[in-house]
Amino acid sequence: MKRSCDYTLGQTTFLVTLRTLIGWHFLYEGLAKLANPDWSSAAYLLDSKGVMSGFFHSLTYKPSLLHTVDFLNKWGLVLIGLGLILGLFTRISVFSGIVLLALYYLSHPPFPGLVFSVPAEGSYMIVNKTLIELSALLVLYVFPTRIGLDALLAPLFKKKSQR
Amino acid sequence: MEEKDQKNPAGEGQENKETGKEKETLSGKQMKRRDILKSLATVPVLGVFAWGYYKKRRYDQIIKKVIRDEVGMEYAPPVMSSTPVSGKQLRLGIVGFGIRGPQLMEAAGFLHPAKVDKLREAAEKNPRDKRYQEFMKQEDLNIVFNGVCDVFDIHAQEAMETAANVKRQGTDAKLPDNVKRYRTYQEMMAADDIDAVIIAAPDHWHAPITIEAARHGKHVYCEKPMTWTLPEAYAVRREVKKAGIAFQLGHQGRETESYIKAKEAVEKNLLGKINLIEVTTNRNDPNGAWVYPIHPKASPKNIDWKQFIGQAPWHDFDLKRFFRWRCWWDYSTGLSGDLFTHEFDAINQILEMGIPQYASGSGGIYYFQDGRTVYDVQQEIFEYPDRDMTLLYSATLASSKNRGKVLMGHDGYMELGSTLNVYADRRSDRYKKLIENGDIKPDVPIYSYVPGRKNPDAITTATEQYFAGRGLLYTYRGGKRVNTTHLHIKNWLEAIRKKTQPSCNIDRGFEEAITNLMGVIAMREGKRVEWDYDKEQIVDLKPIPEKLQETNLKPIEYLG
Repeated sequence: MKRSCDYTLGQTTFLVTLRTLIGWHFLYEGLAKLANPDWSSAAYLLDSKGVMSGFFHSLTYKPSLLHTVDFLNKWGLVLIGLGLILGLFTRISVFSGIVLLALYYLSHPPFPGLVFSVPAEGSYMIVNKTLIELSALLVLYVFPTRIGLDALLAPLFKKKSQR
Repeated sequence: MEEKDQKNPAGEGQENKETGKEKETLSGKQMKRRDILKSLATVPVLGVFAWGYYKKRRYDQIIKKVIRDEVGMEYAPPVMSSTPVSGKQLRLGIVGFGIRGPQLMEAAGFLHPAKVDKLREAAEKNPRDKRYQEFMKQEDLNIVFNGVCDVFDIHAQEAMETAANVKRQGTDAKLPDNVKRYRTYQEMMAADDIDAVIIAAPDHWHAPITIEAARHGKHVYCEKPMTWTLPEAYAVRREVKKAGIAFQLGHQGRETESYIKAKEAVEKNLLGKINLIEVTTNRNDPNGAWVYPIHPKASPKNIDWKQFIGQAPWHDFDLKRFFRWRCWWDYSTGLSGDLFTHEFDAINQILEMGIPQYASGSGGIYYFQDGRTVYDVQQEIFEYPDRDMTLLYSATLASSKNRGKVLMGHDGYMELGSTLNVYADRRSDRYKKLIENGDIKPDVPIYSYVPGRKNPDAITTATEQYFAGRGLLYTYRGGKRVNTTHLHIKNWLEAIRKKTQPSCNIDRGFEEAITNLMGVIAMREGKRVEWDYDKEQIVDLKPIPEKLQETNLKPIEYLG
């Protein structure tokens, strides 16, 4: 409990900065997909390789399932993005972000021998930016800050639960 | 420990309130205000985000609008005739049930029961395999097959079983016994219970069977190439027109959405003056080089060899020649007739350029030195001086490096396949200003069309381009992939019922046949062949047919 109080100003500032930047990234990824009426995850999923590829391919088999996956992905990105920027439902946002990034990482793992349709913009071996972003969220998970709307909402929840 | 930490931000604020009721003084309120400010600290970030988002969207939209205004292309899919099947049931016959025959019958809605079983099993094993589902959902064209004709008994038997499988059932169902096998196509054409025929016999049989059908008033769907020899091209055109039948040549590319969009793009002058078109064949496997499997039970006993030979030069019974006839000039026109004709018809559909004035070419047998006489690597050049344009066909059966179809003009070029991409040329006059302004980037398509996609946009991301190029995009979205051969047969049946012209009619067929044969004669004779548009014949042809007759031609009765 004391721990967050013990953060120096610099620690708090950069933890919040990190959270905001990752939120920004999520939010724009989501909005860019929402803005494109033709966007679909189908091609990305079909391009999946590695041990989990069977699962990712199977998501494209039924149009209805694919629609659900697309919907969850787009709105998931937007809501997680907003959550991280605003510090709203931070814990669940950070956790969902980790799950989503883990799925992205596992669908296109940068392992030796796997080649994907879209070439990476840099050079990666096992570790890529998705994994690093995921790790950054893990850091935020274990070093939470009290900067954000959660702090405003908390009393309301607390009061309700006391009654 | 982490759990506790997580509750921290909320918990602490709470504590203040609970313990400090009495202390709710000025300082308490200050604390609260500080907490509120802290909790809202990142909200302004959203404002910056919104500003950035607005700017970016506006930039994208301005660029799109500039290109749209310049390009002026419709982004909606082309209007394709897809009227529901109406009119009375048509009674069909099929001649030839080797490889293409079964494919055509499947496209018409008829599949052998054993194959239905196979597709069903494959679909059960692999949910991604949609062939069974697609076949079962394929529109019923309201036709029956009353007769089949094949010179190989086993294929004829399979054709009968396929034709009888009206309800698209597996081997567990009992088939009706109403399909007749004809030993000769002449007998089939004379039958009263057949209105129209599909011809999928070897190339040297296309013309004789079409002419016989026309003379009996049967409508014809004939596989490409339309004819095997030059004289036949005239004879087929004459007989088809005289009989007034609906004739469809088997270039199913006519029903391809991207080709229709390509025509629109050319008409809107996106490419400027087109000067060079390159079409190609890039295959690299025995099957692609016509080294087809030989049926293990085939023998002189169950093959009517004499009828197979027909007007071709006599050769003793040879299973290779029977199953792999495309490898010999004696029965085919090689790469040109099998594959160039599709490419030609695609371009003819887009540019309507018809027969070229000149043809030249050459070829050789470089890889498949298996006794064949047709070339496995060849190039043909077709010149259209009145349009200042050349069509180049370059083909190999021993490399699968994909080169596609490219139409090149002064202002832009077009890459055409199942998808369509138009690029501005970096030296273009028309797009000069837009390129200088950075509104148009020469390496990003100014127009692209991906079939099945609702709103193809000028600007697509690099990611999308990659997927589209690999045919990965939108394959399963919206569900339906359509078989173009099915649409082509449907178009023919509609033409019969409504007495209209099919999409690849006899005039387009004549252009295909003459162009193909000009190229073949040029290659084999090693000379530049010229077409006389007024006389509708090859200039100075006399020495050519005589020489060809020595090798593979016998005059047929209905030349005239």
